[in-house]
Amino acid sequence: MNAPVIPENLKAHPRLGQWLDVAPDGRIRAHSGKVDIGQGILHALRLIVAEELEIDPAQVVMERATTARSPDEAVTSGSLSIQQSGAALRYAAAHLREACRSRCAEECGVLPGAVHLEHGKFRAEGTRARVGYGHLIDPAMLVTTIDLSHLQPRSGRPSALGGARRPEIADKVFGDFEYLHDIALPGMVHGQVLRPKTLQTEVDSAVLQELLNELSSVPGVIKVVHDGMLIGVLAESEFALSQASKKVDADELWSGEADVPSPSKLATWLQSQPLDTTVIVDQQPPGHASTPHRVFSATFERQYLQHASIGLSCAIAQWMNGQLQVWTHSQGIYNLRRDLALAFDLPAQAITVCHADGAGCYGHNGADDVAFDAAWLARHAGGSPVRLQWTRQQEMANSPLGAAMTVLVEAGVDEDGNLLTWNQEVWSQGHGTRPGRGKTPALLGAWQTADPAPITMAVNAAPASGGGSDRNATPPYVIPEVHVINHRVLAMPLRVSALRSLGAHVNVLAAESMIDEIATSLGRDPLDYRLAHLKDDRAKAVLQEVVRISGWRDEPEDAGEGFGRGLAFARYKNTGGYCAVVAELVMEEEVRLRALYVAADLGLVVHPDGARNQLEGGAVQAASWTLREAAEIGRDGIRSDDWESYPIFNFSDVPPVEVAIIDRPDSPSLGAGECSIGPTAAAIANAIHDALGVRIRAMPFTADGLMKLVQSDESGSDLF
Amino acid sequence: MATEIAFTLNGRSTSVEVDPNQSLLDVLRNTLSLKATRMGCGLGQCGACMVIVDAHAVNSCDMPMWSVAGKDVITLEGLGTRASPHPLQTAFIREQALQCGYCTSGILMAAAALLRRNPQPSESDIRQALEGNLCRCGVHNRVIRAVQRAGE
Repeated sequence: MNAPVIPENLKAHPRLGQWLDVAPDGRIRAHSGKVDIGQGILHALRLIVAEELEIDPAQVVMERATTARSPDEAVTSGSLSIQQSGAALRYAAAHLREACRSRCAEECGVLPGAVHLEHGKFRAEGTRARVGYGHLIDPAMLVTTIDLSHLQPRSGRPSALGGARRPEIADKVFGDFEYLHDIALPGMVHGQVLRPKTLQTEVDSAVLQELLNELSSVPGVIKVVHDGMLIGVLAESEFALSQASKKVDADELWSGEADVPSPSKLATWLQSQPLDTTVIVDQQPPGHASTPHRVFSATFERQYLQHASIGLSCAIAQWMNGQLQVWTHSQGIYNLRRDLALAFDLPAQAITVCHADGAGCYGHNGADDVAFDAAWLARHAGGSPVRLQWTRQQEMANSPLGAAMTVLVEAGVDEDGNLLTWNQEVWSQGHGTRPGRGKTPALLGAWQTADPAPITMAVNAAPASGGGSDRNATPPYVIPEVHVINHRVLAMPLRVSALRSLGAHVNVLAAESMIDEIATSLGRDPLDYRLAHLKDDRAKAVLQEVVRISGWRDEPEDAGEGFGRGLAFARYKNTGGYCAVVAELVMEEEVRLRALYVAADLGLVVHPDGARNQLEGGAVQAASWTLREAAEIGRDGIRSDDWESYPIFNFSDVPPVEVAIIDRPDSPSLGAGECSIGPTAAAIANAIHDALGVRIRAMPFTADGLMKLVQSDESGSDLF
Repeated sequence: MATEIAFTLNGRSTSVEVDPNQSLLDVLRNTLSLKATRMGCGLGQCGACMVIVDAHAVNSCDMPMWSVAGKDVITLEGLGTRASPHPLQTAFIREQALQCGYCTSGILMAAAALLRRNPQPSESDIRQALEGNLCRCGVHNRVIRAVQRAGE
């Protein structure tokens, strides 16, 4: 048998005690570097530890991540926490279990094989005493290097690791849960940072001087700080801050212009910027020029999207004796610490970054930036902790956007209608400006001080890590000739960064719309056509499963006028979770979703209810993006800065969603958080075609967009 | 100018000395340290800060304190306890009807106001009653099931 490959996070943190130890109450304490961002990941990790230790999940305490103690597991992103942190914790727990078994054997004078673990306690054969983990673990055990050989293969064990519920859900329902926003430290003061809405701007110094005086005179204001484009206000209360902010007239103070594209010229704009072009796939059958019998071509588009979390970005920072402590809901505490160190010219060791839960996070939002803001302002607070919470308008105007994209697909088929060639070309800015990865701080405020760091240009992860704008740009089908090219746009008038699923939202829309178009144009069944071009049995199985739960093979019940149904499939990153979606909709004044069916194969599912919640939540969010959302941007920055100007799906819009998970307890976990995004978008597009007979390719699929298409398409239905 | 404002909070007579223009949300969180009610927008658009005032679910973020005088206010802290939970709380746990939970307090209060006036709401009654509550994690269907369960 081959030795297991040591996971990277275990290489960096090889000792048992870096992952597990004992809490004062005797329970097992687990230290993950991954953080809860609303997805419930800590509970899933708890279940893994509990399973390996053969104890009740309630006996495992998940510690909140802090740079003072936790392993550095970089960023909680990419649907990777179970695969990365889960794998390390599983090895650690298996090691701990066997180390405790050996310790018990020594104490009882028997061989380890004669020690049995029953209901979470060890018992040596021939004795009646039962000993718990808490009594067997000692400091010497915790400094040992984790021995991977203690982990037994999981095959043969059942899938669902018990129905244990997320304990913090009850805390949240009873109002007992403490979010970062609720932390009140002794002597804490409140801060606000005022900044322009564009990255480049001029400050009117006369207006500024007057404003600084006015702000200082607001009752409750402690101090007003000015540094470059930033104005900081420290106050005794949130109310005083709100009174102070009424004094600010941003239009008079700052004059910045962003060279943004108009929505109708998005594709042209992206294609005419300086580009960094990369060949992602260049697959050609040797000595064989493919000559398609028929070629299909289409261009797809997404406008800029906004995170639109219900919570506000918030942080607390405190300086004491040259040391900085920060409480944050960042996805990457070590990455944030690294960039704070760059920004404040400190050694990283002088900074402690503690995670505390925020609201749902769907990518690189304002969490890191607001932590910088709090730290920057706290330098002027004389050692008091400073709480800084962005307003809703700041949240929407300051947070990075999800990048706009345009994707061209050209696909050729042979005389029998089988796929012969596939070219997919992507134009988009990079999908990442996260902190912790460059030579200069990737923190908004650090670009706006009097001595500003350079603006970080958005980049993409390497294709081997799933890519960025090119994520899922390679189709999952068996096609003799495939060419995939990614053009990274090297202009960034407004900041963009990672938003859930990165480029997969648009690339899957493109590929799955195209394959649907080819199938229906050729008179082939879109399901059979996909199945005929797939060789991965697991891919075929999720398609069959979504067909089963949606009744795809049957005539839809009460279909009626304007009804449409669409199908789509993708394997996230082509290496992660498999997901197929069927969308049912009815054309009313706008598209009304009637139902979504989601089938997924996620390998081993650690917490089935959590996985279902993620799959369904992803589908609902993707439906909102696809049908409704586009940031309103202008030369003055992001204009959609509240819920009226950036509407998202509400309770009247969300359709029933049925989720089915294919059980694969013997296969590695594949991640659940993002795989339903792309297939949902594409299933909706294909359902619209089913209803109206037109192919809509530019998101969001609004009533206006559809009306134009139907009017320009003679074959279009007159339903609309 | 701080003014004394008296109202009923979670069944108890309460009096605070605050600026009458402060929002109810601000006073709940910062003066009374009742932190279950959440700030989402400050514009009355998202429902994260909903509380029940005189039997109606209202946004507390844009409700000035002067308008609260003499009113009967219920927050999540007054809805139920672990020992004596409101049926909605039991149902939300049973359905695991949240992801991040940031919108949950407001949804619970809007749903509690609905159940008071309509103890057995239909699915469409629930969707309508929660139209002012935004959720970004996408747990709407779980919430609807939980409210239906609580109404049974």
